[in-house]
Amino acid sequence: MVDARGYSCPIPVVMVQRAVKAEDPKSLTVLVDEQVCVENVTRFAKASGYSVTVTRDGNDFKLELKK
Amino acid sequence: MKKVNWMVVIAGVAVGIAALALSALGNPANMGFCIACFERDIAGGLGLHSAAKVQYIRPEIIGLVLGAMVMALAKGEFRAKGGSSPATRFLLGALVMIGALVFLGCPLRMVLRLGGGDMNALVALIGFALGIFIGAQFVKRGFSLKRTYTMGAAEGIALPAFLIVVGVAFVAFRALFKVSEEGPGSMRAPFFIALAIAIVVGALAQRSRLCMVGGIRDAMLFKDFKLLYGFLAILIVTVIGKLALGGMGWGKLTPFQLGFENQPVAHSSHLWNLLGMVLAGWGSVLLGGCPLRQLILAGEGNGDSAVTVFGMIAGAAISHNFGMAGNPDANGVVGGISMTGKVFVLFAFAVLLVISLVNMPKGAKKQA
Repeated sequence: MVDARGYSCPIPVVMVQRAVKAEDPKSLTVLVDEQVCVENVTRFAKASGYSVTVTRDGNDFKLELKK
Repeated sequence: MKKVNWMVVIAGVAVGIAALALSALGNPANMGFCIACFERDIAGGLGLHSAAKVQYIRPEIIGLVLGAMVMALAKGEFRAKGGSSPATRFLLGALVMIGALVFLGCPLRMVLRLGGGDMNALVALIGFALGIFIGAQFVKRGFSLKRTYTMGAAEGIALPAFLIVVGVAFVAFRALFKVSEEGPGSMRAPFFIALAIAIVVGALAQRSRLCMVGGIRDAMLFKDFKLLYGFLAILIVTVIGKLALGGMGWGKLTPFQLGFENQPVAHSSHLWNLLGMVLAGWGSVLLGGCPLRQLILAGEGNGDSAVTVFGMIAGAAISHNFGMAGNPDANGVVGGISMTGKVFVLFAFAVLLVISLVNMPKGAKKQA
């Protein structure tokens, strides 16, 4: 799981990029708290071959990446 | 062709048209917008520096923040936050400003100058890309100014309120402020028209996440070209606008002029244009966005960006008080920066390197 809450882009995308590169996971949960980060992480995830589901949890967003 | 995000292109087109309009209406040539120059002018208007030719309370800065704030509130994206290394951000803001003033333009003005035919902006672009590349190496390996935290609403509106107060005071009590009567500070579009145009641009820039640094940075880090299309849209609109309308009586819009020498409010000291923008690019990557983006984020309630803007204003004052800003070409003599400016730029690189290194994760290895 990548907890990128409190970080502004591009750092959440960099965190996801590092996790994907290190482990090539079939599924990954990413937490962010800015709409911009949802957009950027989603774009990166899709370009890397993942499908993305986003759920809202108060002020936070949970992205489920699945290959 | 990769999928184009149309919102960014629309925002880029709007910025390009707005900049042409503001220059036609009286802003300096190739300077419809310049976040660095305009924050510097505000510093002057407030008396923080005494460079008489660059003192004026630029409404564009006020409008960009307000437009962003209105759009953020409308979309539920206004969130007061802060606490992510504010002192460091203040310093980085100052250094980015000093670098930009060496070149005589923020990254947005660099694009506008390029669109006007000013080839010094191409030299600057090379430096800018190099600076972004350097900064990206640190970000890629885990550089972070640490996380930000939710703050009270007052923190989120501090900078917008400051700018509104300054703007209202300027309109009501102009004599209290410094106002240039010659030079670039005296070249200005009518106050309320410029304010209105900037509000619209600020709203679009917030909605689209437009950022001059992000374009090149994301292409380098992630092969993501979304923001780069915005950058290109501004450039293309500017070139077309200058070629088609420049010097043809559309207000004060000057003609497209291809070359290095005697460009408006510009100098052709190539090495320093390049190095100044390496500084601006590297610093902006560490800050998470170009000077325009900092204004927009501040409008969204981001206290980290607000303190960066304050740092930029302070940096502008320091730059002029110590004679570090670029001197334009004049009468066939190439301008450039003073020895103090050159020494400072080199010193600033050392400072950036220290900031970059001390904010890496503990035990960072060379993982790409």
